[in-house]
Parts: sequence; C-alpha cells; structure tokens
Amino acid sequence: MKKPRALTPWRALRLAVCGLVAAMMLAPLAIVLTLSFSAAPFLTFPPPGFSLQWYAKFFADPVWMATLRTSVMVMIPSSLCASALGTAAAIALSRVRFRGASLLIGLLMAPLVVPVIITAAAIFGAFRVWGLYGTVTGLILAHTVLTIPFVLSTTLASLRMVDRTLESAALTLGATPWRSFWRVIFPLILPGVLSGLLFALVISFDELTVSLFISTPTVRPITVQMWSDVRGSVDPTITAIATSLFLFTLVVMLAETLVSRRARGRRPPLAALGF
Amino acid sequence: MLAPVLELVAIRKVYGDTVAVGDVSFALGRGEFLTLLGPSGSGKTTTLMMVAGLVAPSAGTMLLDGKPLDPLPPYKRNIGLVFQSYALFPHMTVAQNIAFPLEMRGMDRREIQRRTGRALDLVGLPGYETRYPDQLSGGQQQRIALARAIVFEPRLLLMDEPLGALDKKLREQMQIEIMRLHKQLDISVIYVTHDQDEALVMSDRIAVFNSGRIEQLGAPEELYERPASRFVADFLGESNFFPGIAKVVGGEHCEIEHGKDRLRGRSRGLAAGQAAVLAVRPERIRLAPPGSPALASENFVSGRVRNIVYLGKSRKYIVQIDDGVEIAVFEQARGDRIPTVGVGDAVTLIWPVDDSTVLSA
Repeated sequence: MKKPRALTPWRALRLAVCGLVAAMMLAPLAIVLTLSFSAAPFLTFPPPGFSLQWYAKFFADPVWMATLRTSVMVMIPSSLCASALGTAAAIALSRVRFRGASLLIGLLMAPLVVPVIITAAAIFGAFRVWGLYGTVTGLILAHTVLTIPFVLSTTLASLRMVDRTLESAALTLGATPWRSFWRVIFPLILPGVLSGLLFALVISFDELTVSLFISTPTVRPITVQMWSDVRGSVDPTITAIATSLFLFTLVVMLAETLVSRRARGRRPPLAALGF
Repeated sequence: MLAPVLELVAIRKVYGDTVAVGDVSFALGRGEFLTLLGPSGSGKTTTLMMVAGLVAPSAGTMLLDGKPLDPLPPYKRNIGLVFQSYALFPHMTVAQNIAFPLEMRGMDRREIQRRTGRALDLVGLPGYETRYPDQLSGGQQQRIALARAIVFEPRLLLMDEPLGALDKKLREQMQIEIMRLHKQLDISVIYVTHDQDEALVMSDRIAVFNSGRIEQLGAPEELYERPASRFVADFLGESNFFPGIAKVVGGEHCEIEHGKDRLRGRSRGLAAGQAAVLAVRPERIRLAPPGSPALASENFVSGRVRNIVYLGKSRKYIVQIDDGVEIAVFEQARGDRIPTVGVGDAVTLIWPVDDSTVLSA
C-alpha cells in the first residue's frame, strides 16, 4: 500500500491553490447545470425543486430547433473543410522548405492570435461585398477559416512523429506518391487529423463572435440565438441549452482523448498534442 | 564479363557549392556483391539514393540492363532498398509490410500470401506474420526489411548501412545471413557501409569512396594488398607509413630514401625525386634482436619498443624508429610463448619488400 504523504505547509498551499482554481472554473458550470433542472419558473439559486421542464421547452421550441439545425449544418461541413485544408497545408509545410514557409504558417494560425472581433469585422466587411452575409455558406466559410489552425497544429505535430524515410520506402516498393500517402502517411497522421477535426467541431459549435456579425434572424446559429435571448428575457431554458452544449463538447473532448490514447498504444506516440 | 546489370557513367551530385558526388562511374556485374565503402560524407549513400531514384543526379547517366534509368521515378525502377532505419511501416503487421510491394503490383491475394510466406522462410522468421514491427527486436526488423525488399524480385538490391544499428555479435551473424541470401537468390547487390571489416568479409568488389569520388575499385584482396593511394591503405585495415623521396624507380619496384634508410616496395607510375610514402601492414613486420641480418628481399629499420598492448589474439608493439616515426607491429600472441621483447628494448624491424607498397605522398 502507498504510504500517505505528510501534509507539509508547502504541499497544503499547493493543494489549496489547485482547489481554488478548480472551484473557480467549475462553479459557474455547476450552477448552470443545477439550474437547468430547476422547478422554479425563473432563475433562483438554490432551486426550490427539480424538473425537466426547461429541456422539454428547449426541444419543443421551433426557434431553438431551427437555430440548432443551422449550427449543425455549419459545424459539419466547416470542420470537414478545415480538416481537409489544414491537413493538406500541414503536409506541404512539413516537407517543402521554401522562403516564407513560416510566414504562411503564421498567416494560417492568425485566427488564434488575432482578436476574434477583428477577424469578425473583417469577415463581415468582405462578406457584405461578396454576398455571403447572412448565408449558411458564409458561416461555413468563416468557421473553416477559424478552425484551420487547430487542424494544422495537431496534424503538424503528428507529421513530425512520422519518419520521412517511410515515404521513400513506399516509393521504392512501387507505390506512387498518391498511394504512398494514403497507405502509409495518412494512417499514421490520422490521430492528429481526427483530433483537429474534433476540435473544429467544438469550436464551430461554440462560436459566437463571428457568427454574430454575419448571421441574420433567418440564418442564425444557436449561440447567436442564446446571446440575443439572454439579453432580452432571462428564461431558464437557456440553462438547459447551455448544459446540452456542454455535454456535446464533453463527449467530443472525451472522444479526442480516446483517439490520441489509442494512437499511443501499440505504435510510436503520434498525437502528443499540446492543448 | 556478361553485360552489366547496372552502369553508372560520370554520375554527379552537386548541392549548391558542395560536390557530394563527383563523376562516379562503375559497372555492376550480374549477381555481383559490390560494396561502397567510405567515411561518412564521402558520397556513398548519395550515390545509392541516386540509383534508387530518391535523389536526382546533377549530371551523368545510369543504365539498368542497358536502358536509361534516369527518366524512371523510384516506383517504376523495380529496385529493392533496405534503409539503415529499416523504415518498416509501423501501422502494418509483418505480413502487410512484406505484402505491400506485391499489392502495389496488383498481385492477387493467394499469390501474395504464397510469396509473403516464402520470403519469411527465406529470412528465417516463419510464423511472424501477425506481429507488428515494434514487437520485434532490431535484428528481426532488419530481416523483415530485407524480406520486403526482395519479395518482389527486384533487378537490384540496395542496402544502406543495414547493420549499423546492431551490436557486433548480431552484425556478424547478419553478415553471414545476407551473404547466404545473396548466393541463394543470385541477386545483384550494392551495399553501403563505413565498416571496413564488413566490406572485406562480404564483398565481391569494393569501391572505396573519398570526398565524393571513387578512390579505388577492386576485389577485397587487391585493395588490401595493393592499395592505390594512401587513403585506401589507411582506411582499409591498418597501415604504417614511412615518408620519403623516391630514389630508384624501375620495373615493379621503387626505392625510397627515408632518413638514412633505403626502403623498397612494389610501385608503379612514380617518378624519381617525387615525395612518396612506403606503406606496410603491421602484421607483416617481424621483430628481431638489434643487428639481425635481413635478406636481400627484405626491408629493415631499427628502433626501440615504446609500448606493448595485449589484444587477446595478438600483441601490438609500438616501436619508435630512430627518426621518431612510430610504427605498429602485430604479433600473434601464443600462450606458450612469453614475449622476449620488453618496453625500452632496442629491436630491428624486418619485412618483405613485396609486402610494401610505395605510394605518392
């Protein structure tokens, strides 16, 4: 049996700080989660009793359902596009050494660094001119740009783990460059690509700022609807929606952990992702 | 000689200002085992990669069975290559790895299975089909890489320092294994190594590389006994060098003046008055008491023993001759013979003229 370690002052302080940080991060979540099951007709804490009325209201309301559908219709194509483009860019950047390669990486990663409001304003301006304002296509394109950095970084990390001679070996064994990519390189970087894809799904689903700029009442993702809803009445339905979104994110993140853990199993570690 | 399988004519590879390979030419005979030997950075691996098609030559021509090789991409060359790092596909089983080149050639499943099984038998690992590469030892991975490179019956097998990552015992075992496979499959092999012993043991011929050029190409014995340059004499085995000036030149022999001594050796193409070195292998020199008589067909110099190193199968004597040059001498160590020569003793070194080679300095 493991001997319990003595509680030195230093260790006590460390535990206290960790506990405080955890509490700060989890408390709002816990409150929202609890309120979503509240029996009260308005937001009070602690709730007087428990019910599923807000979930029922959420799933019965055609406005919420329409905006949820829009979110899904944006999330899936945009994360697939981001995965394809981000992977292709990662492969090009990992093998071709050219002048401006790091500039290109910087540009592709920019949405992570540039304040979202600036990106949003720029996209808004451009989409007004291009007629993409208030369209699902516009939202898909915008979310693709926002999520490419995630795919790019996870795939680049995976590619760094892949021995370059494997591709040379495949070529000498008779595989065309196309086939050597799909049979040798792609399976090895797949955990990285999948991680990126899952991040893209979550980011797109949770995205508010850019969507706020380019959506209209008819084409509106669920996050925008939540935002406008919170500003008006304070309907506890919002807590049920927030909890649902949180559960979705949690499931995707668990899937991501599973993907990268499986990749570490039998084969050399591929998706040691620094997120 | 039969028509060569592969011919390289003035192959050249330039990276910016550096010449990695400069005008390398050689022909590889059918079924021949040719080793490219040289220190790292001498251009041997680059030459191999150009044959494989993974590096494009800057100039020159390569012919495989008389047909130009240069326009073919690597996947159409039908040349097997074993990498130093093995380059086994980590996400595929042993069987899938070996089947890969056959699948790329569109062979049917049964034929692939038959050939994969036979290749595993050949490398002595039957029953390993379902293992993954990281479940194998280094030596086993090496065998699988070899099996994958020969399973599609390539015209040519290239090996890039395939035993570099293995320990000495396993390396010697694999050397014999590779030689056996070479005989059994009657395949032409180009083998790259920086290990001279490996080259001597395995090769039909050796090409000694030095800074991007072939210094000498020949049978192992020829290179060892008749090195064409000081570099070859030094790189392949161990050599003692006596610097001097060529004095009497004629026929097969040359006499050089080294200090007050006159030494003779086999030589060709040297001019009198030219700076030269006489090279002799440490195991060809005999230690004798000072003033011992030498034959007319022998060279001799006198010196003093500086150091004796016990090497197990032999003793190495470091003898400083009168002008300060240090000479190594190997003598077989026999249990029943206590060395009569000790450190500090004066000795005469004697060796046959025909075991000496005079080279331009």
